[in-house]
Amino acid sequence: MGEVKRENLAEALLARHSAPRSGAGWALSARRAARDRVLALGAAGRRDEYWRYTNPAALNGAEAPDVEVLQLDETPVFDGVEKLLITFVDGVYRPDLSDDLQGENLEIMTLEEALEVDIHWASDLFGVFEARGQNPVPRPFAALNTAMAGQGVVIRANGKVTKPVALRYCRENRQSDVLLHHVIRVESGAELTVLENGAGGARLNTVMEVDVADGGSFHHLRAQGRDHTRLAITHIFARLGAEARFKSFTLTVNGQLTRNEVVLDIDGDDTKASVAGACLGDGDFLHDDTIFVTHDARDCESRQVFKKVLKNGATGVFQGKILVKADAQKTDGYQISQGLLLDDDSNFLAKPELEIYADDVACSHGSTCGAVDENSLFYLMSRGVPRKQAQNMMILAFLDEAIAEIENEELAEDIRTRLSGWAERHSA
Amino acid sequence: MFEIKNLKASLADEDKQILKGMNLKIGAGEVHAIMGPNGSGKSTMSYVASGKGGYVVDEGEVLLDGANLLDMEPDERAAAGLFLAFQYPVEIPGVGNMTFLRTAVNAQRKMRGEDELNAAQFLKIVREKAKALKIDADMLKRPVNVGFSGGEKKRNEILQMAMLEPKVCILDETDSGLDVDAMKLVAEGVNALRDGKRSFLVITHYQRLLDHIVPDVVHIMADGKIIKSGGPELALEVENNGYEGLMNEVV
Repeated sequence: MGEVKRENLAEALLARHSAPRSGAGWALSARRAARDRVLALGAAGRRDEYWRYTNPAALNGAEAPDVEVLQLDETPVFDGVEKLLITFVDGVYRPDLSDDLQGENLEIMTLEEALEVDIHWASDLFGVFEARGQNPVPRPFAALNTAMAGQGVVIRANGKVTKPVALRYCRENRQSDVLLHHVIRVESGAELTVLENGAGGARLNTVMEVDVADGGSFHHLRAQGRDHTRLAITHIFARLGAEARFKSFTLTVNGQLTRNEVVLDIDGDDTKASVAGACLGDGDFLHDDTIFVTHDARDCESRQVFKKVLKNGATGVFQGKILVKADAQKTDGYQISQGLLLDDDSNFLAKPELEIYADDVACSHGSTCGAVDENSLFYLMSRGVPRKQAQNMMILAFLDEAIAEIENEELAEDIRTRLSGWAERHSA
Repeated sequence: MFEIKNLKASLADEDKQILKGMNLKIGAGEVHAIMGPNGSGKSTMSYVASGKGGYVVDEGEVLLDGANLLDMEPDERAAAGLFLAFQYPVEIPGVGNMTFLRTAVNAQRKMRGEDELNAAQFLKIVREKAKALKIDADMLKRPVNVGFSGGEKKRNEILQMAMLEPKVCILDETDSGLDVDAMKLVAEGVNALRDGKRSFLVITHYQRLLDHIVPDVVHIMADGKIIKSGGPELALEVENNGYEGLMNEVV
């Protein structure tokens, strides 16, 4: 792709959405800056180092694909949990399908509202973390999101928030092209859990900017729906202060293309972070986790745990990086990415990267790819477990290290049930 | 009851026949032992009978109550009543021992058209049987065989055997890697399952195990066949003189 075409494509990206017209001064200038970033970065292309395994063409395309709206009669994920529910239908906030935007130790409003008023803490974050996350890896879809997104939530946790904030993404329109932008601030010593559930659009682009202050704790759990041919590009940009806790887990089943980017900046000492994901893909499925963790403080721990089960030509991609800056002594960085291929047609492509400038650190990374172990399968079958059931047991066992990263056991069990349902439906 | 008839089998990857016409017949409630030098085909026989991949059956039958096991999938053979205690039990990270046991017990019951055990019923039985084998609650909760010592793995095999209540049990070198106390415990577990109907085929290199699990018949296997059968005294003969003399005698 030539440079000229690439710039044209960036303009086309901006042209396909209509930016909100109004907004406070700070919001307008943040959007303008983001717009300039999109043009300066250009659109994503196959020659970009971080788009070599995943073709961005469908994400760059002028129109969202036509995706059948999946009607399921099963209980939605996280349904049994007491929560503050906020619903978006095709990317539009629906107060009639949402709880009142209030809660103990919680300030919460829609992005639409927040961008109209002067909220200094939100203006310090909106588009700021995203802009910082563009270096050294360009993320044009995130800049596009800041420039054009008019919907999302703005959340500030001032203490322990007992009920998770649950963002539910519904679809009614077959071709919705959705942008959602969330801004979250977890104050010092505060605790917040955010759940996301649903495909959200035929093509979904989300940005979540999260600032976790010293001693704050943020848990994020996401299930990306079961719609088959939808496209998704998601971004989390998080900054973690001292003694902070950050955990994010994503469950992905189905979907034609999913790219989940996470950019974590560990800024304060004694902080622990974990980013994990389990995905199951059958057929026309590409799932890409692109993670960048920067350690810029002492005595911190970060974990990346990604497991992908792939069949019938599905592709899994993992690009995970740990950057340890010179002053980040005693860093403990762990990274594992594994693909379980249920047939010879599927692919797992992994690029683990470590870049370490401190001399007293422990960083490990591992990446493996293989089939279900025949010896284990025979062992289970020799005890009377039928082949399909034995294989499903092995699939769940394979995914379990990622699920174990989920802090809340009740939510983890919900995820296990979904995975086992998928495995049963797809066992051939 | 259990019968191996003229069994000939080869390794699938190599053109090499391991079992060369093996014959064996075990009546209900009997305990038979198979001894034989390394490479004589003892483990291969146990794998072929239980349906492990990687082998090709060239000829013969393995019958359990008249049904040919060789026509069945490994799980169907288990439901039909065959149990193989592995020489090297497989570690399965991520699958809880208890979940595995319950899944196996209920899968077999389902295949035989029996009611499945609910969690409470299962727990009661498994606790009782585990106690007899000195398997604690922690071992039941841990992933299958992961982090188990050699002795714990073998006791876990016997626990599975006790829970699954098979008709025929093949014990493939269950004594290997065990100290004297662990071997006694395993032998007690096996003897507790001798009820006059259940049959056992004990594969071992050493006469010592047969002091604890006393066989009715001892077979000597060499080069893919049974070359000699006799009473328990045959095991003593092997212990004293090795296989060399026996093999020469037959040839």
